[in-house]
Amino acid sequence: MITGFAALGAGLAALGAGIGIGSIGGKAMEAIARQPEAAGDIRGAMIVASALVEGAALAAIVISFLVA
Amino acid sequence: MYSAIKGITLTIALVFGSVFLNFSIAQDSIQKVEAAVAAPYSDEVHADHSSHGEEHGDAHADAHDEAPHGEEAHADASDPIAAIMHHISDANEFHIWGHTSLPLPVIIRKADGSWSTGMSSQYHAEKDGLILSHGRIVDASTHTTEGLLDLSITKNVFMMLLSLIVLTLIFFSMKSAYSKRGVTSAPKGLQSFLEPIITFVIDDVAKPNLGKQYEKFVPYLLCAFFFILINNLLGLVPFFPGSANLTGNISVTLTMAVMTFVVTNISGNKHYWQHVFAMPGVPKLVLLIVTPLEIIGLLTKPFALMMRLFANITAGHIIILSLVSLIFILGENGKSIGGATGGAAIAVPFVLFMNALELLVAFLQAYIFTLLSAIFIGMAIEEHHHEEAHH
Repeated sequence: MITGFAALGAGLAALGAGIGIGSIGGKAMEAIARQPEAAGDIRGAMIVASALVEGAALAAIVISFLVA
Repeated sequence: MYSAIKGITLTIALVFGSVFLNFSIAQDSIQKVEAAVAAPYSDEVHADHSSHGEEHGDAHADAHDEAPHGEEAHADASDPIAAIMHHISDANEFHIWGHTSLPLPVIIRKADGSWSTGMSSQYHAEKDGLILSHGRIVDASTHTTEGLLDLSITKNVFMMLLSLIVLTLIFFSMKSAYSKRGVTSAPKGLQSFLEPIITFVIDDVAKPNLGKQYEKFVPYLLCAFFFILINNLLGLVPFFPGSANLTGNISVTLTMAVMTFVVTNISGNKHYWQHVFAMPGVPKLVLLIVTPLEIIGLLTKPFALMMRLFANITAGHIIILSLVSLIFILGENGKSIGGATGGAAIAVPFVLFMNALELLVAFLQAYIFTLLSAIFIGMAIEEHHHEEAHH
């Protein structure tokens, strides 16, 4: 029972991170298309932002690991 | 072009390594089918004492009375989750092949204060009330690590020392190359591989985030970067000298995060501490709420660093091992050769893909750890010339 909920939690965390990283990637691509000369800076900022989103998701996944 | 060929060669080597490993496990498991079916090792998960200290199954002791020796092969065959957890956790011996393990030195302080030392191979039979079980040394009577202070050279410590030797050799050869040819001539060999990485860390990580004082922090950042990178890469090597999950061990990432925390807070200037304890421009009453939040904020940064590296690397290892386990699940632990072949047909391309992806993750996580460390340090040493612009 608990394992099922933990799996559900991991899935929801992945969903949230997916939406977050997806929108970061999408906006970054849009920004690079508008300003190709700033591609390097945008890419760096994109990686940092997605790392932060990922951190939140990973915290959730670790919690579901501990609960399961 | 040349680097692409080198990358492809490396990947192919990794894939062959994985297949080779699968083969050796499969061969072993076919020999051990009956024994494996007879003994369910469902509590392997708890071998990692640090995260599962209090939960210990009863199956452990029962299983051990029957088969005190060479448990690895059984664990590999009978329960994929137990086998995966066994492979990603630390161990007191370095499992190489089948029943062959590299014995490692053991230094353990027992609950009564007495010390037990020796090589891990001596603990196959009970010694000083301790016994080797699933690669970990546990109390012979309770089969737990409760009350034991383990200061042994474990698999992860061995790995760390190995990476230390590798890094020392690499960087001393590079240093001698610079002193021989000078810094102005074109780099050669290993030097030309590492120079762009070092320049990248200095130009793209240190300079933009740390400002004028960047030089002071470059040694720390380079150290963290190369330590994480080499251990991530060695962890991806599926056979003996590699395969330890060092950067996926929470104690290691905790130590690294604490180092960043210490460097950040030691180099923090007046403005940094002012922003923590007395945010300028905030009414006194609101400070009662803001200051605790800022103090928690100091701690969440290293916590996130720790979790990110740990979870990324561990997740990568678990995914690869799960795909390998597919062979055993579909092959019903060696009973169905057709199923195992089908499982391998699915698993091998996916393991290839995941290994390639993990090569990227190995670089990316080293980069992110270094970058975030640089950003945190940069925030602590930043000079505030435009105070009013900060609120």
